Amino acid sequence: MNEPETTTVDINGFPTRVWRKGRGPAVGFLAGYGGLPRWVPFLDRLAESRSVIVPSLPGFPGGDRGHSVLDSHLDWVLAARTLVDKAGLEGADLVGSSVGGSFAAEVAALWPEKVKRLALIAPFGLFDEKDPAADPWAQRPDDIPGLMTADPDIYRKLKEIPAGANSIEWPIEQSRAAEAAARIFWPLGNSRLARRLSLIEAPTLVLWGENDRLMPRSYAATIARAIKGKVESRIIAGAGHLAELDKPDEVAAAIVGFMA
Amino acid sequence: MKFLWFHLMPYKELPDDFRQKHPSVWVDIHSSLFDPKRAHRMYNDFLDELEYAAQCGFDAICCNEHHSNGYGLMPSPNLVASALARRTTDTAICVLGNSLALYNPPTRVAEEFAMIDCISGGRLIAGFPVGTPMDTTYAYGLNPSQLRERYYEAHDLVLRAWTEKETFAFNGRFNQQRYVNIWPRPIQQPHPPIWIPGAGSVETWRWAAEMDYVFCYLSYYGYKMAQNVMRGFWEEMAQLGKDRNPYRAGFAQVVGVAESRQQALDLYTEPAEYFYGRCLHVDVRFAGPPGYVTEATQRAGIESQVKIAAQGKAPSGPSTNAASAQKMQALARDMKGIVDNGYVIVGSPDEVVEQLHELATTLNVGQLMLMMQFGNMATKLAKYNTRLFAERVMPRLRSLHREWENRWWPQPMDWRQRAAVPAFIPAAAAE
Repeated sequence: MNEPETTTVDINGFPTRVWRKGRGPAVGFLAGYGGLPRWVPFLDRLAESRSVIVPSLPGFPGGDRGHSVLDSHLDWVLAARTLVDKAGLEGADLVGSSVGGSFAAEVAALWPEKVKRLALIAPFGLFDEKDPAADPWAQRPDDIPGLMTADPDIYRKLKEIPAGANSIEWPIEQSRAAEAAARIFWPLGNSRLARRLSLIEAPTLVLWGENDRLMPRSYAATIARAIKGKVESRIIAGAGHLAELDKPDEVAAAIVGFMA
Repeated sequence: MKFLWFHLMPYKELPDDFRQKHPSVWVDIHSSLFDPKRAHRMYNDFLDELEYAAQCGFDAICCNEHHSNGYGLMPSPNLVASALARRTTDTAICVLGNSLALYNPPTRVAEEFAMIDCISGGRLIAGFPVGTPMDTTYAYGLNPSQLRERYYEAHDLVLRAWTEKETFAFNGRFNQQRYVNIWPRPIQQPHPPIWIPGAGSVETWRWAAEMDYVFCYLSYYGYKMAQNVMRGFWEEMAQLGKDRNPYRAGFAQVVGVAESRQQALDLYTEPAEYFYGRCLHVDVRFAGPPGYVTEATQRAGIESQVKIAAQGKAPSGPSTNAASAQKMQALARDMKGIVDNGYVIVGSPDEVVEQLHELATTLNVGQLMLMMQFGNMATKLAKYNTRLFAERVMPRLRSLHREWENRWWPQPMDWRQRAAVPAFIPAAAAE
């Protein structure tokens, strides 16, 4: 697995990491809860046929302390829009998972010309009292991995400190990612995205891990019903909340197929 | 030394199997455990105890704010403080305090504290805690990533509301008000003394020092466990060029005094085990919302763990870490462990004097908060503890730190100008 090319863009004064790998038409990826402290196999799968561009969200790994100046949901959505533009993703296909899925949906809803085709993997942004999402911020530390991926070891390894990394800054960066998600979505994960879904015109693929213990699967149908454009939904067998980590081949194949 | 009598107002009838059957005393404690008619008695007993402490000559009586909490029945300490303001005359009333970011708009705090100051004739100590994660982020749903920013802004707003003479517009990051102009206004000028209770993050210490406020370390784990934290505090003060005036610092200590050590153990074992076993049974899920502990404090915490690993001993420094509270809670729940670890000071008056002397000198603390009703302690015992302390412990420690000036104490109105508060006599009895 060779390394992606890394560049930095400025978001509200914070240096923000953008990864690039592969050739072909561009596809952007906005990562989920916890962000991407390291490159993952799912991105390699996409990079086999596409030019994958992965900008970090503010406060998530690679996103410095960019979350600290974002006080309202409007601040966040504008930061996501700027990120899409500065990463060179304007008008490209866009994929978002979990927390990142919510922002992919927001950008597609508010600036339809910016997103050609959209894929959402169990996005944040909704809350149904009858089928509540789990609370990722009130868990025993050992329970977090199992909430994120069907195979807890996958999330654990994503977050494991690499040899030679700064043993003080690494754990702080990981807790910062949880804080950044909290800053947008505390306490229920409800950013009232439901009100804006009807503005999405891009053809949209909605993916959900069969064993998502964080975001209820019923939200997939709610999202599919609300979106104005063409929608396809698919359940990823054996996957948890961050389905792209549990089942990189299946999720990448579904996306590449949909965006062909 | 100043002696402040501190009440948590614990619910006194949590079941024996509470630890086993219930995940947490806080946030999601089950409503079926609360009997309002029993609480009627408890509240009135607790208020009696606070008033009794005032009669016994304690310098202040203290209340505090907790939410959805089985060991703290004061979601609104201001209600308690206003009741106490009417039933006491000279004792300072210390509200420790109002978690500023929970009040919308925060000028509510400026108003209510000004009311208490007016009713009491200028006896208020105004405490401004950030608030625990359980209270602020879980029970009240406040965003942990914005909590401190909101807290500091609310503080600025309250301070301006107290001190500015003209109506002003407040254009904050989180609060915007066109017309800030509180009525009533505090008696104490420019404002009541401000105390900052906290577990002790580096930023809080620096900020309290910069603002010239009292920092209160409200640990339930006693002075032996607090040595490193308070040493860190004083080292930070030295670095900032502040003097070692012990009245800059407050500390809370659980105390049970009796005629002998054995009698004290006999009397206080049950309430102490109730407090450490049931009251402090908090689900770890609610201990550490992301962003609550600042990155600087996280960094200091990780660095100190690295040092502990390297040197085999704990360095001085902040300890906000909920994990360390969890550890201390696990360490001792039976009386032997509770006493051996110094969580509770028990003994004869002589023994208590000796230990509190050590506390006050090693921690360098001048504002001593005493938790003398704890757990399910009966009112009768709480009053015994209080009286014995006031008569046989307090006088012998009174002169400690007398070389320092306490610049953080209320300045009440001259008593000759103060309203007389008549005793309440029901109409039937009066006839």
